[in-house]
Amino acid sequence: MDKKNAETPKNWNLETLEDGRMVLNMGPSHPAMHGIVRVLLTVQGERVHDADVEIGYLHRGFEKTCENVTYNQCVPYTDRLNYVSPFINNVGYALAVEKLMGIEAPVRAQYIRVIMSELSRLTDHLTCIGANAMELAAFTVYFYLINAREELYRLTDAVAGGRVTPAYTRVGGLTRDLPPDFKEMTAEVFKKVRKNLSDADKLLTRNRIFYDRLHNIGNISKEDAIAFSFTGPALRSTGVPLDVRKATPYLVYDRFDFDIPVGSNGDNYDRYLVRMEEMKQSMRIVEQALAQLPDGPINHPDFNVSLPSKEEVAGNIEALMAHFKLTFEGVKPPKGEVYQAVEGGNGELGFYIVSDGTGSPWRMRVRPPCFALTGGLSKMIKGGYIADIVSTFGQINMIGGELER
Amino acid sequence: MNSYLLETFKAKFPDDVLDTHAFRGDETVLLKKEALLKAAAFLKDELGFDFLMDLTAADYLPREPRFELVCHFYSSKNNYRLRLKCPVAENDARVDSLTPLWAGANWFEREAYDMYGIKFEGHPDLRRILMYDGFEGHPLRKDYPLKKRQPRIPHRE
Repeated sequence: MDKKNAETPKNWNLETLEDGRMVLNMGPSHPAMHGIVRVLLTVQGERVHDADVEIGYLHRGFEKTCENVTYNQCVPYTDRLNYVSPFINNVGYALAVEKLMGIEAPVRAQYIRVIMSELSRLTDHLTCIGANAMELAAFTVYFYLINAREELYRLTDAVAGGRVTPAYTRVGGLTRDLPPDFKEMTAEVFKKVRKNLSDADKLLTRNRIFYDRLHNIGNISKEDAIAFSFTGPALRSTGVPLDVRKATPYLVYDRFDFDIPVGSNGDNYDRYLVRMEEMKQSMRIVEQALAQLPDGPINHPDFNVSLPSKEEVAGNIEALMAHFKLTFEGVKPPKGEVYQAVEGGNGELGFYIVSDGTGSPWRMRVRPPCFALTGGLSKMIKGGYIADIVSTFGQINMIGGELER
Repeated sequence: MNSYLLETFKAKFPDDVLDTHAFRGDETVLLKKEALLKAAAFLKDELGFDFLMDLTAADYLPREPRFELVCHFYSSKNNYRLRLKCPVAENDARVDSLTPLWAGANWFEREAYDMYGIKFEGHPDLRRILMYDGFEGHPLRKDYPLKKRQPRIPHRE
């Protein structure tokens, strides 16, 4: 045994340390580490003594890329941040650029953005709970929830033409309007989602094995969660009722009646319950939004923001010029900087954009919610069993795309 | 036009605040980097800003000082946001770490170090986070070419 390998994480090797602790690699390729994350563990028997989470395997240089393309060309890249809730990224990004320009999308577009965001939240939570249940050996539940997600993907496919990569928003509006029979389709899909959710609920919530694998596992206190910048279900499970949709309502969220579920223990079971309840609240929001949905345009009327219609481009020289300028140079927000936060599936998704007055952002920063969560992971798994890492990691809902951008 | 918060800040640190402004409702304080830690502690302990929502940097090449450290704070009690920025020169790219105040600053600072090469003094474990050991340069700097190739790194034992 080598003394120099004893403590610092950089020198950890696969060997036993002098006091009987062992170094263990979990990942980067491990069935429970969805996405690619490596956790270097020192274990004492079955107990985790120390953990170092290593990320970066999925870094694509999103921020660098965005600094070199126009504002609207960034939209497809934002799909690939959190790829189980792509609409929320689209919406958050569009809102940030609109804030920078000092404009607002038409009311109908705002309603549609809310609807699509909430559908995305549903797919996000369904994936999280389904995958988590599967990793804890409840395979049936996985199929039930993924079936529900599939129905929702078909719905979003009908709206945006893409299941996981919709690129649905544009600065100042949307790519296209909802299909004419959207209300009926949604009602139909929600019926199935509710059925699947209730089945999963019956199979999981009071299931002894599932309960024991989650309850009092991965605990984090309110103070620690705040110190680690936790947001979203992970923060709310500790009892902090913070939700961007309620705290600083964006779009038209202040027009809907919905609740923010909170936990009390800050453990995995509370995070599971918070997510289950949030899905019901999301469906409530969508139904209210569909009932209130106003008619009207879905794009900002200004030619310098949104592409003019084909008829106008063909018949109006101003529109033709605007079309050319928008396509080649992009929208040009004034000089300045903004930070816009939206409530993503995992917590606060923030966009910090610095504009230098040209057609592409000078600096584009994404504040990914699960970056902070994964940063706190080692704190949550220390002292627990190796097997419990799986349930804690699952409830963190780490999404490689937004974590590493 | 300046708000109560910005005025409070100016009165508390008259020698350190370089500028304050509010663009589209985002209130910003530009601060000397030497005062970052005490200003952050003041925000946390006395003004109730309990969240460090984000910490990042920006490169303003060819302007001097070249970098800017950008922190976003959020107060859940007052539901208020504040942005704190510190100019950082390239030849002295060091800032005090915020890890004594917020444990979550650890990873944010590692990323800012990885992407911009700004060193955080007092950080417990400052190493690359998204890039690998042996990566040359800092990719989000404006003078890092978009299609630069990296040398092959030797196979590790």
